[in-house]
Amino acid sequence: MKEKIKTILQKYNNDRGRLMDILIDLMENSGYIDDFSVSVLAEDLKISAAQVRETISFYHFFSEKPKAKFNIYLNNSITSCLRGFSSIKSTFEAESGIKFGEISSDGLIGLFETSCVGMNDQGPAAIINDKIFTNLTPYRARKLIESIKDGKTLDGLVYENYGDGNNSHPLMNSMVYNNIRKKSILLDENYERFDVIKNIIKNSSSEEVIQIIEDSNLRGRGGAGFPTGLKWKFGSRMPGEHKVIICNADEGEPGTFKDRVMLTQYNDLVFEGMVLSAFATKADMGVLYLRYEYKYMLKYLNSILDEMRENNLLGSNISGIEGFNFDIRIQLGAGAYVCGEESALIESMEGKRGEPRDKPPFPVEKGYLDLPTIVNNVETLASAVKIVKNGAKWYSSFGTKDSLGTKLLSVSGDCRFPGIYEVEWGTSIREVLEMAGADNVQAVQVGGPSGTLINVKDIDHLSKTELMKWYKPSGMMAAQKSFDRKLSYSDLPTGGSIIIFNKERDILSDVVMNFMDFFIEESCGSCSTCRNLPRIMKEKLQKIINGHGVRDDIDDLLNWGKIIKVSRCGLGQTAANPVLSSILNFRHLYEEHVMAMTDYDNQFDLGKSVSAANSFVGRKLIHKHS
Amino acid sequence: MSKKIIATTSLAGCFGCHMSILDIDERILDLIELVEFNKSPIDDIKKFTKQVDIGIIEGGCCNSENVEVLKYFRENCNILVSLGECAIMGGLPALRNGIPIEECIHEAYIDGPTVKLNEEKILPNDVELPMLLDNVYPCHDIVKIDYFLPGCPPRADLIWNALVALITGNEMDLPYELIKFD
Repeated sequence: MKEKIKTILQKYNNDRGRLMDILIDLMENSGYIDDFSVSVLAEDLKISAAQVRETISFYHFFSEKPKAKFNIYLNNSITSCLRGFSSIKSTFEAESGIKFGEISSDGLIGLFETSCVGMNDQGPAAIINDKIFTNLTPYRARKLIESIKDGKTLDGLVYENYGDGNNSHPLMNSMVYNNIRKKSILLDENYERFDVIKNIIKNSSSEEVIQIIEDSNLRGRGGAGFPTGLKWKFGSRMPGEHKVIICNADEGEPGTFKDRVMLTQYNDLVFEGMVLSAFATKADMGVLYLRYEYKYMLKYLNSILDEMRENNLLGSNISGIEGFNFDIRIQLGAGAYVCGEESALIESMEGKRGEPRDKPPFPVEKGYLDLPTIVNNVETLASAVKIVKNGAKWYSSFGTKDSLGTKLLSVSGDCRFPGIYEVEWGTSIREVLEMAGADNVQAVQVGGPSGTLINVKDIDHLSKTELMKWYKPSGMMAAQKSFDRKLSYSDLPTGGSIIIFNKERDILSDVVMNFMDFFIEESCGSCSTCRNLPRIMKEKLQKIINGHGVRDDIDDLLNWGKIIKVSRCGLGQTAANPVLSSILNFRHLYEEHVMAMTDYDNQFDLGKSVSAANSFVGRKLIHKHS
Repeated sequence: MSKKIIATTSLAGCFGCHMSILDIDERILDLIELVEFNKSPIDDIKKFTKQVDIGIIEGGCCNSENVEVLKYFRENCNILVSLGECAIMGGLPALRNGIPIEECIHEAYIDGPTVKLNEEKILPNDVELPMLLDNVYPCHDIVKIDYFLPGCPPRADLIWNALVALITGNEMDLPYELIKFD
């Protein structure tokens, strides 16, 4: 055992910064990380055992207890729940004879829940030993357990054809489908592999490249929308021999899966974008931070990087450009939504808990290993390549005045054609619903749980003439609550997650409760606001759903929602959004539940509250005090 | 102006908040001019003899008696004030929340290091005893509370200013120093 650990440690030069990789290798090797391994790691990495443990305990996919031979991680995200999560869960439990969170006594099967795995368009999905199993049904769940008990191998469990495009590549062998429903300038065929590295940057300076990106007004596609050209300019001006480019592929916002499709089908474009941004900012180190859920792509992606190295598109003097040295490694995450936040991601890359850093300093000043670090989203980097190839002017002919170009949308939920849609900025929600074949729509969640829940009712109730009044002379919608809102940085900015709910869905108990569970699960626990408020807000919401709510409860929720904004990172600041956004746009649902005639109800039941203690001390009579 | 009537009680608290009331020192003489005490440990009146204007509650609810007393206060007081950390949040007693009540009782009467004389392993279950709740609850989880005065204990000046404001109907004087705790 000790030898095994030593070999893994040597692979990473006993570098404590690579603790994530070391732990991932150990998990793969032994299935869990035992006390002995922790002590060996602590000794050889020259850190305390507590430091090793605090990293292990932070991530969903690390474990200090033995895991089973087959570990089934069933996704509990909202679309999964809409499509039969609970019956699949109970089938798994019935067939395997264990509950979720447990391992069977023979060590064969383990059942666990996990947050969104980026398969919302083909859920419910489960990850079994790093392999994705999509479109689950109770029948398939039963067959899976039967097959496992029959002694089948992991590959023997596969029940569908391998997916389209590169999903069937021998290095990937995955059942996942790309489901690309609409292509535009980013996804179209107008792309010559690595042309920008081979031919274009050779004849331009880094300043020129940054100028093109600035002129194109490209903004970060992860959701926050920071101007990319400006970020690159800051990066290029930072002094220092070493700089880092990070491609953030830790898409954890429930409902987004565009990065998964980009990395499956357009990885050359993404890696080329990393090289391009390294050229622009004079960086020499590149890291793709890949969420653990996408580990099935790892071999395949590494093969692309190898190919690039062979062709002098990575390495030293790239493409014959003297002094342009840059290489890319892939860093796996281990299951933590908050690591999508750039400073948390950097902490994670350094082998620590993925807790966001205080800013300033910003990563561009002091990022990975305190080096200037430029963090870009997958889609941003890919877009940059197309822009440099075709010019800023070409790019600015797409989209709206303040939001140029296109955006990848990950559409899921109640619609006939879930999948990836590349639309121009300025496309309205109504158009997206038409494209996706969504009828009978009640609500649309734009931007995932941290985004906005939009109500269709407001607009459908209005007649045509009334509707016209809502328009400003410019043709822009003045109304805030409608499906005619347009996807843009000025109206409805988004990282691209669109989840559709039809009229049969219970917004409060199906949707909002699920989202609150997500934030409770994924809080890193650093700020007390984000650690506690979602929990007590969920309790309050449950109280309202139970019919014990009063009007003050709605006001309490709104007021608490303001306090949460003091949290350190975007996850915490937006953790109340499911509640706030649904109160704003679906207030009538809350009003229907609360009691109008009373101003106080506590749900407190004395008999219930004393029953545990009474039965423990053997007291039968409930004594009434005068 | 007729005197306002005040009642106080300590539920699952340590009486520290009541000590802090006494910390208003000689101003208690002024207070007596302004108010009349009804049910309170200060005058040892056990039962309400009339409707009270202001009820001051120290401590949260850890057993059935606390709940009864608190409800009794709500019924007989026009305004209820949660005084101090325990009333507002459960305070130190609430540290047991999250530990199963069975474990708490076992630790207290059977297994704890200070348990010496309980060889028969008796658990207190006389009908005269209050019954333990599953958790320690803040007062506003049991009845509607109108005002909250934070602190552990709240400073005497805070209590004094709050009482003056409630009695006179003027806005409360709330300087930063009174609610700054570090």
